[in-house]
Amino acid sequence: MNGVLVLLEYRDGWNRMSWEALAAGQAVAAQLNQPLIAAVAGRDLDAAAGDLAGKSLERAFTVRHPLLAEYTADGFTAAFEQLIQSLTPSLVLFPHTYQVRDFAPRLATRFGQSLIADVIAIGMEAAQPVFVRQLLQGKLTADCVHAGLGPCFASLQAGAFRADHLAAGTCTVEDFVPGLDAWQIRSQPGERFRESAQTVDLSAASLIVSVGRGIKEQANIPIVEELATTLGAELAASRPICDNGWLPMERQVGSSGQTVSPKVYIAVGISGAIQHLVGMKGSKAVIAINKDENAPIFEVADYGIVGDLFEVVPALTAAVRKAKGN
Amino acid sequence: MKIIVAVKQVPVRDSAIRIDTSGKWIEEEELSFEINEPDAYALEEALLLKEKHGGEVVVLCAGPFRAGQTIREALAKGADRAIHILCDDLVSLDTLALARRLASAAALENADLILTGLQSDDLGLGQTGVVMAEMLGIPHATIVMKVEIAGAVVRVKRELEDGWFQWIQMPMPALLTIQSGISPLRYATLMGIKKAKTKEVRHVTPKQPHPPTPHTVNVQRISLPQRKKETQLLTGSPAEAAAKLTDVLKFEVRVI
Repeated sequence: MNGVLVLLEYRDGWNRMSWEALAAGQAVAAQLNQPLIAAVAGRDLDAAAGDLAGKSLERAFTVRHPLLAEYTADGFTAAFEQLIQSLTPSLVLFPHTYQVRDFAPRLATRFGQSLIADVIAIGMEAAQPVFVRQLLQGKLTADCVHAGLGPCFASLQAGAFRADHLAAGTCTVEDFVPGLDAWQIRSQPGERFRESAQTVDLSAASLIVSVGRGIKEQANIPIVEELATTLGAELAASRPICDNGWLPMERQVGSSGQTVSPKVYIAVGISGAIQHLVGMKGSKAVIAINKDENAPIFEVADYGIVGDLFEVVPALTAAVRKAKGN
Repeated sequence: MKIIVAVKQVPVRDSAIRIDTSGKWIEEEELSFEINEPDAYALEEALLLKEKHGGEVVVLCAGPFRAGQTIREALAKGADRAIHILCDDLVSLDTLALARRLASAAALENADLILTGLQSDDLGLGQTGVVMAEMLGIPHATIVMKVEIAGAVVRVKRELEDGWFQWIQMPMPALLTIQSGISPLRYATLMGIKKAKTKEVRHVTPKQPHPPTPHTVNVQRISLPQRKKETQLLTGSPAEAAAKLTDVLKFEVRVI
């Protein structure tokens, strides 16, 4: 077993998290003194192959088959299973995308392994990678090591590794044609679609006031709305608020909603679950108001108030109004 | 139609957490526990499907004695019976070992559908369901928002990234991992709570494999997260803190 294999994601274009995973793979491969290999699966991969040829890789593979034109868990699992069997890498890395969450656990199981999912950092101890992941919605971190024989499988959280650290180079891209039969693929995927045209573009906002579970009930939303109006900010929310229908889905920030990077992001009653943080950690300044001083939101906050939002927010609205002189 | 719902009992959200003396898990003695939130939505979806198509909802849960409370609550909401895999060693298991236990109990039931939450709130690995499907040799779909049954086929709406969705269909039996928040959760009625007391909860003890299966992943230690940023805390009464924050907004980040 030798080599660090990074499985990238491409569908009419790259999933940008692919490059983060590849950059992480590059660093780990150098530390382990093992070759770095990248692979991507699909049907139409000419453009992808062109991009891979410009990377600093020992080997690169386009895993091509007509049955891989649309993603299916069965198709991708079987195709990557054959690639891994032929390459016998020691480590297989993925970006922790929704697609990877769908097939990577199945793939790891085929090799008798457990996927180490949603990794935020990779350290090195005794010449072995140590994978850091979050527990209890980010309240704790766990250092995990692979113990099985066979390859180690790990997926990497969005934004945890820097894609701009990726070294350029040249490599020959090889085709790998897996043996696949139509009967192996049990699910039939339909067209991808969006629910409705998004009329609120939070990504362009320079100031966002965002509200989470701490607001407790719909009747309390105006407290935060008033702060947003006073500041001239866009109002946004974490997922549970939109799930409950307290604010429309198009105001949701996070992995299943919009990704924002305003000048200032004010998080009110948001604990800071991973799924939310990936949508807002690009903000230039983060301000958190939360009653729990241990809430993960404070890990990304530049300024914080530990306190009861029902007291702090009205006081803040009044103070801002005064500062604005009206 | 027979539906199995695999549920997990986890510490109550926003519990105060302390690392235990092993340094590998948390002190559980003073914690309260509840159903894993995404699993509550899986249960709700199963109950809705049963109301529409008839059949039976079986709760499947691996955990210590205390998990019995979560199981009773699921029965009170309308599940028909339960299988409780009694075990005190969940913390020491990797995904494969846990999924193996759940899958071997589920295999005997020959269910049409197995539902579970998309991930647990404590470990957050988001893979036990998918691994169960692989072990049982059945197809799966993850992050499911809607479920429709047509004969022997299940059609589901999957959530993708950035507000995209996709319908996919597959033959049953199948395993689905359910997204949180897809429909309002019901409360147990008084009648439901009363009935739950007489519903069957079958206790099973996991078979210890011989020789024991080696771990694939070991947790070396757990710790409080390292702060990436130095947070400047603004203290004082609500009015004082608000005044300090207003100064920050005006003079530091300059948005007013």
